Amino acid sequence: MIRVTLPAQLCTLAQVNREVELQVDGPASVSAVLDALEVRYPMLRGTIRDQLTRERRPFIRYFACGEDISLEPASNQLPEDITTGKQPLRVVGAMAGG
Amino acid sequence: MGKVRVMVGTHKGAFILTSDKKREHWDITGPHFAGWEIYHLKGSPVNPDRIYASQSNGWFGQVLQRSNDGGVTWEAVGNKFAYVGDPGTHQWYDGSQRPWEFKRVWKLEPSLSEPETVYAGVEDAALFRSGDGGQTWQELAGLRSVKGDLWAPGAGGMCLHTIVQDHGDPMRLYIAISAAGVFRTDDGGETWRAINRGLQSNFELPDASAEVGHCVHCIAMHPSHPGTLYMQKHWDVMRTDDSGELWYEISGNLPTDFGYTIAVHCQEPDTVFVVPIKSDSEHFPPEGKLRVFRSRTGGKEWEPLTKGLPQSNCYVNVYRSAMSVDSLDPCGVYFGTTGGQLYASTDSGDNWNTIVANLPPILSVEAQAIA
Repeated sequence: MIRVTLPAQLCTLAQVNREVELQVDGPASVSAVLDALEVRYPMLRGTIRDQLTRERRPFIRYFACGEDISLEPASNQLPEDITTGKQPLRVVGAMAGG
Repeated sequence: MGKVRVMVGTHKGAFILTSDKKREHWDITGPHFAGWEIYHLKGSPVNPDRIYASQSNGWFGQVLQRSNDGGVTWEAVGNKFAYVGDPGTHQWYDGSQRPWEFKRVWKLEPSLSEPETVYAGVEDAALFRSGDGGQTWQELAGLRSVKGDLWAPGAGGMCLHTIVQDHGDPMRLYIAISAAGVFRTDDGGETWRAINRGLQSNFELPDASAEVGHCVHCIAMHPSHPGTLYMQKHWDVMRTDDSGELWYEISGNLPTDFGYTIAVHCQEPDTVFVVPIKSDSEHFPPEGKLRVFRSRTGGKEWEPLTKGLPQSNCYVNVYRSAMSVDSLDPCGVYFGTTGGQLYASTDSGDNWNTIVANLPPILSVEAQAIA
């Protein structure tokens, strides 16, 4: 199982705790994890990535094993610590607002 | 109808207030969707327990919420707003062309007759319709073909902010866009035409009487007089008596003809309310006095309504969707401010009470009589 942590506002929207576990079939990439997330929690569609372009929303970042992987291709294979559930894939809302 | 519900959208959540027909004591729930901008909420005239809410913010985009129990519980419904085809470009502030891009839902308008039909006015300006209670949305793309390349954003964005359904003709709809103007369909949304003749935008447009491009802030109609519409334009308060074929000015003795919102009394089709605001950049009430102005003659002759409203040091604004009337007798009038005050009058505006004083900045107010 792959663990995913979500921003607090999306946890409220999806009515889940801070971390969810997902079964991802096939190679585990950011894109595949988000596909699984949106199937299980359809209310999150459009809140992390655009529904039409599937591009990451500007104020969202992805972190894996302490590294910001937001600018890497979303189809890249995630690190083993993420795919084995040792560490969560972190979906983060940017600190902004002044 | 023995009760009234007032739905308030704010910068940081939604609030729902209910009272009996006396409207003296209010039960308040909220914030619903805390931390999110709630541009608009509105209940269905067909099924008053069905409420739609537009929930958005800059981080997570647009979410659409629906309640089937009067706002006690909510479920997220469809939020996929896809323009038909290549939407092309519209005019930007500097006159250049900019691609159409969906940003948020400004207005939700449940159908007067179909319980599962609801309209959404969005930024960048377009009208969408759902026939399944908000689960899926289809653009009424004929609207954008009316010189959409000449539409431009107002200071708040290029938003379709007002949707008015004709109570006598279910195929006729009016919409208003900043800054494009007013448009009408007579065939249920398939085809549209601009109905801006008579509008004069001397300071905003190179051609003051252009077919499109006018910064219309809000329009309103009384259900029994669907051919008459009232308009608060950027400057000028306007009226038409022929379904928008020709508009004429009714600003009369208002202290300023700038403002955002306009509403029509629920029993008296010739009684109109506006909240004059000082412009072009200040955007607060003239002289620091918060005054609703009422005309009982369909415009031109206006009287200030001040009892219960702050008459000194008041520098709030009242946004375009932040005033509403209920359908009780006597007519209740409600408006909210950027200072978070929600005011109500239960006697057609003669006297005002503060229902709640310290909400987040108020974006929209909708009153609805319920059983």
